[in-house]
Amino acid sequence: MIPASFDYAVARDVGHAIQLLGTSGGEGKVLAGGQSLIPLMKFRLAQPALLIDINRVAGLSAIKENGDLRIGALVRENDLEANPIVRQRYPILVETAAVIADPLVRNLATIGGNLAHADPANDHPATMLAVRASVVAQGPKGERMIPIDELFVDTFTTSLAPDEILTQIRIPKPAPRSGGTYLKLERKVGDFAIAGVAVMIVLDASGKVASAGIGLTNAGPTAIRAGRAEDVLTDQMPDDKTIAEAASRAAAAAEPVSDLRGPAAYKKDVFRVLTRRAIVKAIARAKGGA
Amino acid sequence: MAVETAPATTTGTRRMKVHVTVNGQAHEVEVETRTLLVHFLRENLGMTGTHIGCDTTNCGACTVLLNGRPVKSCTVFAVQADGMSVATVEGLEKDGKLDPVQEGFHEEHGLQCGFCTPGMMITAAALLAANPDPSELQIRQAISGNLCRCTGYVNIVKSIQYAARKTRETAGGKAPDGG
Repeated sequence: MIPASFDYAVARDVGHAIQLLGTSGGEGKVLAGGQSLIPLMKFRLAQPALLIDINRVAGLSAIKENGDLRIGALVRENDLEANPIVRQRYPILVETAAVIADPLVRNLATIGGNLAHADPANDHPATMLAVRASVVAQGPKGERMIPIDELFVDTFTTSLAPDEILTQIRIPKPAPRSGGTYLKLERKVGDFAIAGVAVMIVLDASGKVASAGIGLTNAGPTAIRAGRAEDVLTDQMPDDKTIAEAASRAAAAAEPVSDLRGPAAYKKDVFRVLTRRAIVKAIARAKGGA
Repeated sequence: MAVETAPATTTGTRRMKVHVTVNGQAHEVEVETRTLLVHFLRENLGMTGTHIGCDTTNCGACTVLLNGRPVKSCTVFAVQADGMSVATVEGLEKDGKLDPVQEGFHEEHGLQCGFCTPGMMITAAALLAANPDPSELQIRQAISGNLCRCTGYVNIVKSIQYAARKTRETAGGKAPDGG
């Protein structure tokens, strides 16, 4: 399959990329890893007039811990998974990156693209909801921070302006007694999730849940936060009954559609099961376990 | 046709001269910007060892190394590879001698129809370059983006294990880096 013709420009830096986006009159697309965009172009579901290649822009591929964790938008999934800081302190990110598509795709696919593409089937959005991340958007007027809850507007639609580029992801430093995990059920490597659940739990000194973050993959038009499930856990001792109740609330929040991955009722129950397992695992990690 | 070089500002270009080193040999070809790397290899360079299977980023038959990392060449534009090195299945054999990976697929019957084999072998070569002694699980994870509809993978895993043993035994045995 051959994509429609397009103009191609290599951005020298972020400013240049923003300028190119601005002059394209809304017809420009940013090319990062290309692992979602190029397939869409081959199907001609996307026919951008101008492709702005940011792969040669320096400074977008760094991962550094600076109070919070700052991940450049151009970091490849395999590099995220292999990063020593991430492996040591952010297992939820390792688990998320490791189940995206397949290892070949992950050599090119980027974390920024996974978020900016805003596919509800993508895996990072749910995890970023759970960890309460923010993204940095850079545009002609400078930089602004977008809390993750304000990023996803609809399927394939974010709150980024047409001339803004997502340049960095910021993740709060893990609190003491915190733990997180991402669980995904997929038919096979490379498939999108039947259901995916990200959970981040912070315990207080008494063992009660100080805060909970729960994000769901493929549960609606965007990745969603299971807010009522979080509320059920917050300020409570996480006993079996409370965890089961939170899992039921997460399943109730999920609105999966019936497709070749299964009927909606089945998927809702998968959300319940995965949420329960993820909460248990996150709590074990918060208590210092693996 | 005159070559348009990428202008410094405003919009881009529809045709571009790309410089790509394939299996150690430099090539300079003018292509349409929409040319996929796999088409560039097969049609512009006539190197048909890299196969087009699903054409939808699933099967991995088109796997090549781009600057040493295995990628699906049906999901990369040739212009993105400008200035980079590419390694394909044609580069595995050196001086008439099969690469240990090729030898392994031969000895362990790692193929039936052979369509997935170029991608399988390139992915295997990249794995062994990074990890000369992979476990079976690591092999299976590494090839999880390469689909085979014939073998059930058992003999492919054995082939890669054979290559790993052979590579460890042979001093200087290395996967190609394309450059």
